[in-house]
Amino acid sequence: MSEPVVETRDLSMRFGGVLAVNNVNFTLRERELRCLIGPNGAGKSTLFKCLTGQHRVTHANGRIYIRGQDVTGWRPYEIVRLGVGIKTQVPSVMNGLTVWENLWLAARRIHGQHGTRREVERVVDELGLGAIVRREVGELSHGQRQIVELGLVLAQQPWLVLLDEPAAGITGAETERLIELIQRIQEAAAVVVVDHDMHFVRMLGGRVTVMHQGSILMEGDSNQVLNDARVREVYIGSRAK
Amino acid sequence: MTGGFASAGRMHWGWFISLALLLILLPLGSDTHTPTLLAIWSLFALSLGLMWGYAGILSFGHAAYYGLGAYTYAITAMNTGESTAALILAVLVPGMVAAVVGAMMFYGRISDVYMGVITLVFALILNKFMGATAGEAYRIGSARLGGFNGIPAFPILNVPGDPSTQIYGTGLYYVVVVCLLGCYLIARWVLGSAFGRTLLGIRENEARVELLGYNAPAYKTAIFALTAAMAGLAGSLFANWAEIVTPSLFGLGQSVEVIIWVIAGGIGTLIGPVVGAVLLGMLKLLLGEQTLVDNSLVLGAILILVVLLLPRGLAPSLMAWRARHVVSGAGRSRSGGSRRRRPPPSGDSR
Repeated sequence: MSEPVVETRDLSMRFGGVLAVNNVNFTLRERELRCLIGPNGAGKSTLFKCLTGQHRVTHANGRIYIRGQDVTGWRPYEIVRLGVGIKTQVPSVMNGLTVWENLWLAARRIHGQHGTRREVERVVDELGLGAIVRREVGELSHGQRQIVELGLVLAQQPWLVLLDEPAAGITGAETERLIELIQRIQEAAAVVVVDHDMHFVRMLGGRVTVMHQGSILMEGDSNQVLNDARVREVYIGSRAK
Repeated sequence: MTGGFASAGRMHWGWFISLALLLILLPLGSDTHTPTLLAIWSLFALSLGLMWGYAGILSFGHAAYYGLGAYTYAITAMNTGESTAALILAVLVPGMVAAVVGAMMFYGRISDVYMGVITLVFALILNKFMGATAGEAYRIGSARLGGFNGIPAFPILNVPGDPSTQIYGTGLYYVVVVCLLGCYLIARWVLGSAFGRTLLGIRENEARVELLGYNAPAYKTAIFALTAAMAGLAGSLFANWAEIVTPSLFGLGQSVEVIIWVIAGGIGTLIGPVVGAVLLGMLKLLLGEQTLVDNSLVLGAILILVVLLLPRGLAPSLMAWRARHVVSGAGRSRSGGSRRRRPPPSGDSR
C-alpha cells in the first residue's frame, strides 16, 4: 500500500456553535479518484476548504498531511506549491483578463519564461478553448468559466487535484466531457471531487466517501455506497436514483 | 478597471518620444517654475496610479510617503551639506517604511476598508507629529524639525560630487522631467514583466492568484514599497522646488488631491494620472490667484462631474473616442463609407 497523498487526523472545524467537521480521519492514496458526497450542510465543502488552506486550521483542530508533510495551518499558496491543483465551488477566475492570460498566469509559475506558451497551448487544445482564448473570462458563460478554471488547474500539472462541485451549472454534453477529463487527470494525479449530484458521482466511478453532520458516514465503491440504506436515508431517498 | 497584459505592458514609443521632446523643448518658450511643479505632481500621481490602477490597492494616505521623501531629503541634506545621499535616502526611506507598513497590512489580511483607514491614519499621525516638533529637542543632527514652520534653508540639489554647483530653475526642471519619464518607463517595464502580470491577476481575483501558488501579500507589499519610493522621489523634488518642507505635505488635503487627480485622469492607465495632475494642478494654481471661490469646492465639483460624466476618467475616454473615430473613419474610407467598424476593446493604457 502506497503512502497516503492526503491524510487528516482527528480533524474538526467549528463555527460558533456549529461543528461543521467532526473528528474526520480521511485518507487518499496515489492516483486515487475519490468523490466526497453528502447532503447540504454535511461538511464536505468545509473539509475541502480545510484541505486547501482556505479555512485556517490549527493543531488544536487536528492535523492535515499531504504526502507526509504536515500542512496544518498552511496558507493556500503554500499548499498549491506542493503540487496541488484547486478548483473552487463558484468559478474563481480573473474576469478582467482573457482566457489566454488566465492560463498564462497559471502556467508561468511552474513552466518558467520559455515553457509557459507551450503549456498554455497544450491546455487550450486539450480543453478545446481555441474559439474563446482571446475573450475576457467575464464575458463567458458559467459553464465556460468552469472549464477555464479547470484549465487553470491543468496548466499547473499537479499530482493532487481538489475539485469542488466541478459539474455545477454544466449542461449534459459538457458533463460527459468533464467526466472524461477528470478520468484523464486521474491517470497522472490523485483526485478528490466534492459533489452532491449522485448521478454525476455514479458516472464518475471511483471510491466514494459519504459525509453526514460533519462526520464520515461510510466509504466504499460508488455502487456499494449509493445503494446503502443509510446513505439513501440521509440523502433524501428520492434523489439517490 | 479593465485591461489585460497587452494594454498594460504595451509601450507607445511614438507618443513617449513626442511627449519627451515637448517637455525638453518647453523651456525655450516658457518659464519653468510652474511646469516643474506640475511635473512633480505628475510623478506623485503616477505612483498612486500604478498601485491603484494595476494592483487594485487604494491608499488614502499616499501623501505620507511624499512627505517622508521631502523630510528625509531636507534632514539628510542639512546634515551632509549636499544632495546626493539625501536624494538616494529620500527614495529608500519611504520605500522601506512602506514595505513595513504594507507587510503588516497585507500579511495581516485586513479588508480594503481597514486598509484605507490605516493608510489615512498613518499619514495623519505623521502630519500631527511633525506639527508638534517645534521645540529645540526635536532635532536630527543639525536639522531642526521646526513644527508647523517646517524646515527651511536646506541645501538644494547639486551636481553629484560638487556641492558648490547647485541645480535650480531650468536645471531642476530637467531633473524632474528625467525622473518623471524614467519612472514612467520603470512602471511600463514592471507592468510588462511577470511580476506586473501577476499584479493584474491580484487586481482581478486575489484569492485565485493565491490558489495558483503566488504569494499575493508579497507581491502587494512589493508594489506598495515601489510606488511609495516613487512618491518619496516626488516629495524630495518638491522640497527642492519649494526650498522648504512643512507638515502639510503629510496632510489630508495632499492625499485627497492625488486621489482626485488619478480618478479624473483615468484609473488603469499610466498617462491618466499625469493628465489629471497637470490639468487639475493648473486649475488649482489659477484658482489660488483669486479669493471668490474656495479651491476645495471646485475640486470636489470636478470630481463629481467626472465620476458622473466620464466614469472611466479623462484619458481613457479620450482614447476610446479617438479609437472609435479613427477606426470607424478608416473603415468608412476602405468601404466607401457604407460600413461602421466595431471599436477596439477598452483598456488602452498608454
